[in-house]
Formats: sequence, C-alpha cells, structure tokens
Amino acid sequence: MSAPEPGTGPRTDPPRRPGSQPSPARVRVTSTRRDAPTRRELRPLTHDIDEQSSLGEVYVSGLMAAQLRLAAQVLAFGAVGLGGLPLLFLLVPATRTMELGRVPLPWLVLAVVVYPVAIVVARYYVRAAERIETEFTAVVRRR
Amino acid sequence: MNTAYGVVAIVLICSVTLAIGAFGLRLSRTTSDFYVAGRTVTPYRNASAIGGEYLSAASFLGIAGLVYTNGLDMLWFPVGYTVGYVVLLVLVAAPLRRSGAYTLPDFAEARLESRAIRRLCSALVVAIGWLYLLPQLQGAGLALTVVTGAPSWVGGVVVALVVVANVAAGGMRSITLVQAVQYWVKLTAIAVPAFVLLWVWLGDGAPGPAVARDTAWAEPLSGLAGQGHPVYATYSLLLALALGTMGLPHVLVRFYTNPDGRAARRTTLTVVALLGAFYLFPPLYGVLGRVYLPALPTGASDTLVLRLPEAMIPGGTGDLLSAVLAGGAFAAFLSTASGLTMSVAGVVDQDLLRRRLGRVTGEDFTVAQGFRLATLVAVVVPYAASRLVEPVGLATMVSLAFALAASTFCPLLVLGSWWRGLTTTGAAAGLLVGGGLAAVAVGLTIFGGPIDGWPGALLGQPAAWTTPLAFVTAGLVSLATPRRVPRHTARTMVRLHTPEDLALDRSRSSVDGLPTASP
Repeated sequence: MSAPEPGTGPRTDPPRRPGSQPSPARVRVTSTRRDAPTRRELRPLTHDIDEQSSLGEVYVSGLMAAQLRLAAQVLAFGAVGLGGLPLLFLLVPATRTMELGRVPLPWLVLAVVVYPVAIVVARYYVRAAERIETEFTAVVRRR
Repeated sequence: MNTAYGVVAIVLICSVTLAIGAFGLRLSRTTSDFYVAGRTVTPYRNASAIGGEYLSAASFLGIAGLVYTNGLDMLWFPVGYTVGYVVLLVLVAAPLRRSGAYTLPDFAEARLESRAIRRLCSALVVAIGWLYLLPQLQGAGLALTVVTGAPSWVGGVVVALVVVANVAAGGMRSITLVQAVQYWVKLTAIAVPAFVLLWVWLGDGAPGPAVARDTAWAEPLSGLAGQGHPVYATYSLLLALALGTMGLPHVLVRFYTNPDGRAARRTTLTVVALLGAFYLFPPLYGVLGRVYLPALPTGASDTLVLRLPEAMIPGGTGDLLSAVLAGGAFAAFLSTASGLTMSVAGVVDQDLLRRRLGRVTGEDFTVAQGFRLATLVAVVVPYAASRLVEPVGLATMVSLAFALAASTFCPLLVLGSWWRGLTTTGAAAGLLVGGGLAAVAVGLTIFGGPIDGWPGALLGQPAAWTTPLAFVTAGLVSLATPRRVPRHTARTMVRLHTPEDLALDRSRSSVDGLPTASP
C-alpha cells in the first residue's frame, strides 16, 4: 500500500541527467483528478473498527480471542489445581490424613496455601491481559 | 460476657459508620456523586471498599461456626469466596467496567437491547439481594443477643436503621468511604484477638482438638451436605461460589466506580489479596473452639467467635477481646447490608418506583428523594422476612444466594461478554431456566425440611446442575433464533473489549447505563 496507485499521483516530467542542457522554464503541472482518493496510510485502523469493516472485525475478534485464550488458560489451571483436590482426597485416601510438621496436609492446603497461589495467578492474569491490550493498541495505532 | 464492653464496641462502630457517612454527605453534591462516587475512587480504596462490603456475617461469624461444627470441608467456603473473585477477574472484570453499566439490569439492557430482559434482571437482583440481606439481619440479632442479652429483633433493627440513614443520606461516595474503612476495621477486629488467642493456646502447650482423634471431623469429604454425597456437594458448592460472585448485585456497582477497565482489573487483583488475608483467620476460631469449647449447644455455632475469648481467657482481657470481635461483626453486618441495600435500592428506584412516583406526585420529587424511598423499601422487606423465616444458618443461606446468582447472572455475563451469537431470546430463556430451577431448589431447601439421599444433595447444592443447564439453554435457544441477535452487537463488543486509550466509536446503542448521570 506504499506504492501510489497508477494514474492517481501527480504527473512529472521524465528525469533528466543533471548538467546536460540548460533547463527550460518550469511549468506547473497538476493532475486532472485532484479529488482522487488519498493514500491508505492516512487512515488509522480505528476507522475500520468504527465502520465495522471486515478488517476491523478481524482485529476486534483477534483481541477477543487472545483474551479468551488467556482466560481459559487461567481457569483450566484453577480447575485442575483446585478442582483436583477433592478428587485427590477421594482417590488417594492416604492424603486425607497426611501431615506436614504437625499440621494435616488438607488443612494446610485449604486454609493457607490456596490464598497466595490465588494472588499469584491473578497477578499473572492481570499482567498478561494488559500486555495483550498494549499490543493491540500499538498495532491499531501503527497505521 | 461483660455487657458494657460489647455495647460500647457496637455503639462505637455504628457511630463511626454514621460519622463517615455524614462526612461523605458533605462531599456528595451531584447525582453522579450520589450514585457512583463521581467515578473518582482509586483502585486501592475501591478494593478496600469491595473487601469491606463483601466480608459479611457469613465470613465473620459463619465460617468459624461451620468449621467448628463440620470440620475441614467447610474450608471450601472461604476458598470459594476468594476464588470467585479470580473467576470474576478473568472472565468479566474489564468488560463489565467498559460496558459502562451501573447495575446488572443496565448491563443486560445495553448488551441485549431489550426492556423485557431488563425487567427480568431487575427482579432477579432484588431476589438475590434480599436472600443475601436476610442472614445479615438475622446475624445481627444473634450477635446482639449474645453480647447484651437483648431480644433477637433488636440487632436487625439497629443495622437496618444505620444502613438506611447512611445509604439514604450519602449515597455511593459516603458508602465507598465507609466500606473502605470497614474492611480494615474487620481485619483488625478478627486478626488481633486471633493472635492473642494463638499465644494463649501455645502457652497451654498447643493441645489438639479432641474431636480430631476419634471422628472424621479433621478429614476431607466427610462433613459437607450432611446427607451424604460429599464429593458432589463439594464440587457443587465450589462451582456456586466461584461462578456466583460475579452475579451478586452489590459487586458490579463497585466496578463502575473504577476509572477504566484496566483499573477494574487491578482493583480485583487487590481484592483477591485482601480477601486472602482476612480468610486466614476465621478457621482458626473454629479449630480453637473445638479445643476450648468442645460442647457448644447446637444451633449456637454461629456465635462461637464471640464466645471463644472469654472461654480461653477469663476476666477483663477476654471480655475486651469479645467486645472487639462484636464490633467487627457489627461492621460486617453494616457494610454488607449497606452495599446490598445500595444496589437493591438502585434497582427498585430506577425500575419500579421512579415512573410510579412521577405519576403520583406529578413529577414533583427529586432524584434523591426517590432513591431514599427506595432505600426504605429495600431494607424493610428483608427485615420483615428475617422475623418470619426460621434461621437455617448464616453460611447456608448465603450459599443459596450464590447458587441463584451462579445459575442466572453468570451465564448472562459470560456469554454476553464473549459470544456474539447470544440472542435476546436465548438470554431470556437461560435466565428463566437457571433462575427457575435454582429458585425451586432454594425454596425446597429453606421451607421443605430435611430431604434425604440424592434429591437432598441435589437441591441443597443446586449450582452443579442448574448453572450448566442455564448455559446450555441460553446457547441452544440462541442458535435456534439467529435473527434475534441484537442489532448493535458488534459495536457493543468493541466497547466491552478495546482499551479506553484508543479513540474509537463506543456510542451506546439504546440506553445509557446511567441515564441520570448528567448533573
């Protein structure tokens, strides 16, 4: 899209070799089509999104898909990590009474360990989601 | 228990709440201030406010009582309350803020462009709000009876009066400040006595609870449900709490006071941290209760937190700690009840009262007057119900409210935020199926008496089947009615998901989320 479309740019004289002949008086030449469309790079991508062109849709869908993938990742981690606990207690009865120090393992996990893990996961998500948005903004603004 | 200390603590909490509310009243000048604190609340303060509002009677008194009675399995309650905010963060925090909706009905109408859906959501908000207010008022009665010996109706009246005075007078800005302070009051009130009690326990040689040796109390998959099927009950409870949080009426309002979607996410992250810090403490009371108060009368377990200090440290110090805990418990009733009242009143005002009031008075009333009347309605009904319905336990009642929210608003918010194919008909069908089934289950559990076997387990913890059914119904009906996709869905999706720093057309399709916002 950086190349001007044929027939729309201003016409110019054929190039001359410098110093060959004294140049004739300059003549101002303009295109007959001054209302021809300007080049696309003047249009930011936000217009495509605003007009809901198919290009704009592609970008918004891409953003949503990226965010949804991230969300699914975090939820899957939670479902396995937390949702796996009752299953673990059910299938491996030894874990129900296992002790770490003097504290039973299930108590330690459910009363203490869960919370810092939740904070770390939430923090990971917030950073990743912000990164996706920053990239989206950069891509949309670049044009 | 020394009555004087307890009364002083409760009076102190109530007057501080009213004083901050009055201070906020001086600050809240415009309608926008009144409803959404002028959208100028910082993430940190907003997170404190969310934490303050969220930590209810069920958290402050209920969890300890449950752990005392049923043991380890009850730890899923605080875990679920916290994980609910992680799910909310991941699925809907930023889109909810960016939708510009102030209440759940606002979101539904803006996304689905239908007045009928709005009315359906309004009814659900009021139902969930009242179901959640009920145990707060009952808990207040309980706490005041333990502390002062007053009849059980007094506590509820005190909470109702303070809440109405505060909400009606100051609106959202004063409430935000009150809630933010209340979080720290509650954390201090539960943490400081916990450390003192732990110290005493260590001094006694750290004895283990007797119950842990001879019963399944200390082991997982034994206590929940009571009717058997503990694995199902555990998963269903976890699902209800994890998915229900986003559908609680007082949660969305708090997102509107964030300046943008990014701030909404950061606020939620802070909330997860604040809740995690608080929930380290209530189970401690449950376990220590088993050591020092092994024979609490049945039905009194919700008062364990208030009784424990005097049992462990006879004399002045124990009384003082009990008073601190009573004050914290009252802070919990006040803040949760304020938040719920605020959001129920907002819905009652916008969707029920305003037009009728206009007709009756010939438009001769101010917005604030209408809202104040709505506040009164929002509190009086659940108070009356709290006097009529038998208490079924604070945390049980609250978990039913979560189940109802998970089967109605969770599908609406998640599908509404992420699926372009959601149609007006599909969303309505999902709400009706999920809400209807959950309401039947809740009703049978509260009024139907104990039910045995699988039916009892399925009705007592309905979320595991009602929520998937609501999702499937909304999905299938939407696929069957492709012509009912709201016209402006594409534009709405741009608004929900693009960062605010891009200059995009985010114009609203049909309604403004806050029609009354212009000062």
